[in-house]
Amino acid sequence: MRFAIIRFPGTWSDRDCHHVLTGVLGQNADILWHRETDLSGYDAVVLPGGFSYGDYLRCGAIARFSPVMESVTRFASRGGPVIGICNGFQVLCESGLLPGALMRNESLQFRCEWTHLRREGGRTPWADDIGEGEVLRIPISHGDGNYFADEATLATLEQSGRVVFRYVDAAGRATPGANPNGSAHNIAGIINARGNVLGMMPHPERAGEQLVGGVDGNRIWESIMKESLAVVG
Amino acid sequence: MEWLVRDRARLYARGMPVDQEALDAVALSRDEYALLCERLGREPNEVELGMFGSLWSEHCGYKNSKPLLRLFPTGSDRVLTKIGAENAGAIDIGDGLCVVMKVESHNHPSAIEPYEGAATGVGGIVRDIFAMGAYPVAILDSLRFGPLEEPQNRYLFEHVVGGVGGYGNCLGIPNVGGEVSFAEAYNGNPLVNAMCVGVAETAKLASARATGAGNALLLVGADTGRDGIHGASGLASRTDPEARFEEMRPAVQVGNPFMEKLLMEACFELASEHRDWIVGLQDLGAAGLTSSVVECCAKGGSGAVLELSKVPRREAGMTPYEVMLSESQERMLVIARREHVAEVTELFRRWELHCEEIGQVTDGNEVVVRDHGAEVARVPVEIATDPPQYRRQGVRPAELEELNRFDPASLPDLAPEEATATLLGLLARPNIASKRGVFRQYDQQVLGNTVVQPGGDAAVLRVANTRYGIALKTDCNGRLCYLDPFTGGAAAVAEAARNVVCTGATPVAVTDCLNFGNPEKADVYYTLEQCIRGIAEACSIFGTPVVSGNVSLYNETAGRPVYPTPVVGMLGLLEDVSKHLRAGFERAGAEVWLLGGEVEQAAATLAGSEYLEAVHGRVAGMPGIDLEAERRLHQLVLRANEVGLLLSAHDCADGGLAVAVAEACILGNTGFQGVGNLPGRLDAACFGEAQGRIVVSVPPGAATRLVALGADLSIPVTRLGTTVDEGRMRLGPIDVSLDDLRAAYEALL
Repeated sequence: MRFAIIRFPGTWSDRDCHHVLTGVLGQNADILWHRETDLSGYDAVVLPGGFSYGDYLRCGAIARFSPVMESVTRFASRGGPVIGICNGFQVLCESGLLPGALMRNESLQFRCEWTHLRREGGRTPWADDIGEGEVLRIPISHGDGNYFADEATLATLEQSGRVVFRYVDAAGRATPGANPNGSAHNIAGIINARGNVLGMMPHPERAGEQLVGGVDGNRIWESIMKESLAVVG
Repeated sequence: MEWLVRDRARLYARGMPVDQEALDAVALSRDEYALLCERLGREPNEVELGMFGSLWSEHCGYKNSKPLLRLFPTGSDRVLTKIGAENAGAIDIGDGLCVVMKVESHNHPSAIEPYEGAATGVGGIVRDIFAMGAYPVAILDSLRFGPLEEPQNRYLFEHVVGGVGGYGNCLGIPNVGGEVSFAEAYNGNPLVNAMCVGVAETAKLASARATGAGNALLLVGADTGRDGIHGASGLASRTDPEARFEEMRPAVQVGNPFMEKLLMEACFELASEHRDWIVGLQDLGAAGLTSSVVECCAKGGSGAVLELSKVPRREAGMTPYEVMLSESQERMLVIARREHVAEVTELFRRWELHCEEIGQVTDGNEVVVRDHGAEVARVPVEIATDPPQYRRQGVRPAELEELNRFDPASLPDLAPEEATATLLGLLARPNIASKRGVFRQYDQQVLGNTVVQPGGDAAVLRVANTRYGIALKTDCNGRLCYLDPFTGGAAAVAEAARNVVCTGATPVAVTDCLNFGNPEKADVYYTLEQCIRGIAEACSIFGTPVVSGNVSLYNETAGRPVYPTPVVGMLGLLEDVSKHLRAGFERAGAEVWLLGGEVEQAAATLAGSEYLEAVHGRVAGMPGIDLEAERRLHQLVLRANEVGLLLSAHDCADGGLAVAVAEACILGNTGFQGVGNLPGRLDAACFGEAQGRIVVSVPPGAATRLVALGADLSIPVTRLGTTVDEGRMRLGPIDVSLDDLRAAYEALL
């Protein structure tokens, strides 16, 4: 499988994603500068974490105007799988590929810590290999991960199974104490209506090797890899 | 302030002698000015006076500390750089790779404007690392504040931590810890030391030198503004009464981490992929363009000519004086080979950065500064980089005699029924309590190599694409340095090394940041000299040369110096990163041993302890250290780990044995059952802070070999107890649940 990893000015998870996809999981991946516009030949697009343009304006608000984003939007509209991680999730919200917004953490502080995520219902090639109710241990690292949407949107997301990851405690309960940033409904990750675009604040690429703390993040990459095999098969 | 200088400069330009006020503005003494005129053979003009003042400042010129710094051992077969010759020290780690590291202070700016002061402190040290052609892989910070009960101290603490995180997080460099501690002595003068560590291919290391007449001086990154003028000479090189802090605020720069991120990526690409395009790389830090150009010329044995009209400005109307002394952040000087200037410029443009040719290297030995073609300064490199040096006579601070004479044995011993409450009280003290509330504001994992996150003894990182690991720790106990500067200096090295050893890594090199008061005072000078001697002795014994560092003097409030605080940053190496150890007891049924000392301790080990200050309100006594025994202790742990005997290892330091055992329980979420009674004085056994002790857990059956290894190295080993499933810690009269321990330990959150 060939992944396009987009590098905006200020992106910093690009190399980490590249390392896990190629070095750990044996896939093909290229890091593309945000001025690239040709996504042909890629099976999936990764918008990694970081501080695009320093996040001096709203997070992701400038990156959405990068030349590559038009191509990403086209890629997604044709059903191509796109994942936005952390800053990438913010870019997806800013560009309208996902609903809602990510506000400043409720603590008003940056938070880097391990969190537990529960896989919720809803079909998406990014998580179909993960059973409903399964709990993954994946870290967060952000200052603006407090997911917000109006009540109607939240209701739609919940009813249509578009909340795919929720912050929970180690026992799998979605308690206020397990919510690291104040997100509505403990939301950690959502998909678009079609299911091919996933946005999530936690960093699966940071949970790719036992030596650095765990391998649960690979479940997400392995899901899309299986899906891709199924399509090819 | 710069207006003042300019006015005065005009006066002596008309033949009137320069007055004290003008010299004060650039922190030169009258004698130094006379020496400067004598060596120049004339009076300097306004621009030159500003340039010399900065270069001859303590901050850039080390005029008070250089003779003492020569006491440090600086070489080993791993050290690749000459101390002080480059932006940071480089250490060979094998496979053609090296680690580059340095620690630096940003105390004065942080006292005035804590968020930006701390942020730009991180920015500055990171530039030092990528100026070497290395990719920065870790940041650590060592912070000192006055007690948190004081709202001003809490403000400084919160904003400094915010600034360290805000800058480093944006860069995508993991912050893997360091330390935070609190004492009255830092009221009004916080210490903010930032350390950065990078990894480079040894063959591609860059140098801060200008050679080859005709090669281009390229200024890249941010535009130049009026910020930070007189940072080096004014803020960092003398004592300022607090009252002037408000007016000094413009001398603190404002950071732009996004610009730094682009600069870092571009410079790394340049050094790692196009090393042959450049002859040198240098950051613009203290004294801005002045020091970076002059220092590159000094190292390269060349001169330079600058044309200031080419310097991109942030604001109109800046004078040559302001351009030469601006400390605007996120700027680098690239000395490019003439034939590759276009390619270098294109590389920076691709990263969406300015790159302007502002001058060139010459064969001469002067830096000539022009503005629209007219000469505004002519500075002989040799004079600029050879400030007067002062070897002073130190005097042991008078107050120490009485403090050292104090014998903790004169105090009543701790009652057994108070032991548990005392332990909980100590765990909740800000100096001991968990700093998780700080660390979680820093990205600790980006780059994907963090094996042991902060919170234990030292952080451990994998060196990407190798089996190697590096362990990193900063350390310094200011109370010990205050009570006996020699012992305190040695203990800072010993404890940093011990922490690194507790992860299974071999200590290999040191970077240091010396934070002291006004060296012109004989008693402060004494503490500086003795701390340096202590560090030097410990480094010699441990075989850990000092490869880089920084000196921050004039740290005083209302005439009182801070505790002498020589922060030591230690690098340890693991040949096989999978053999790393953690601090916590990770499973029940293991035996727990104390290596390096008996349980019974003399009352004297309470000297300078957290217990003595917390319970008896005293910072007193005479601390001691046995460096040879410490070295053998390190060997014992490393050998035991090499043969797979150890499950965990934790330094027994602040708070003594009871705190060390409690921390190991909390960190590993495992209980502990001690054996037997605690002999001798209870306070010293539980909370004495004798150096050179480590608490380890070993599998059942490993004890015989551990005892044999201890005997081989003449290191006492004592069985303390066993780890248990039950969530309690029992040590002598201490009996407490893990939940209570954790609640106390997390008091600072």
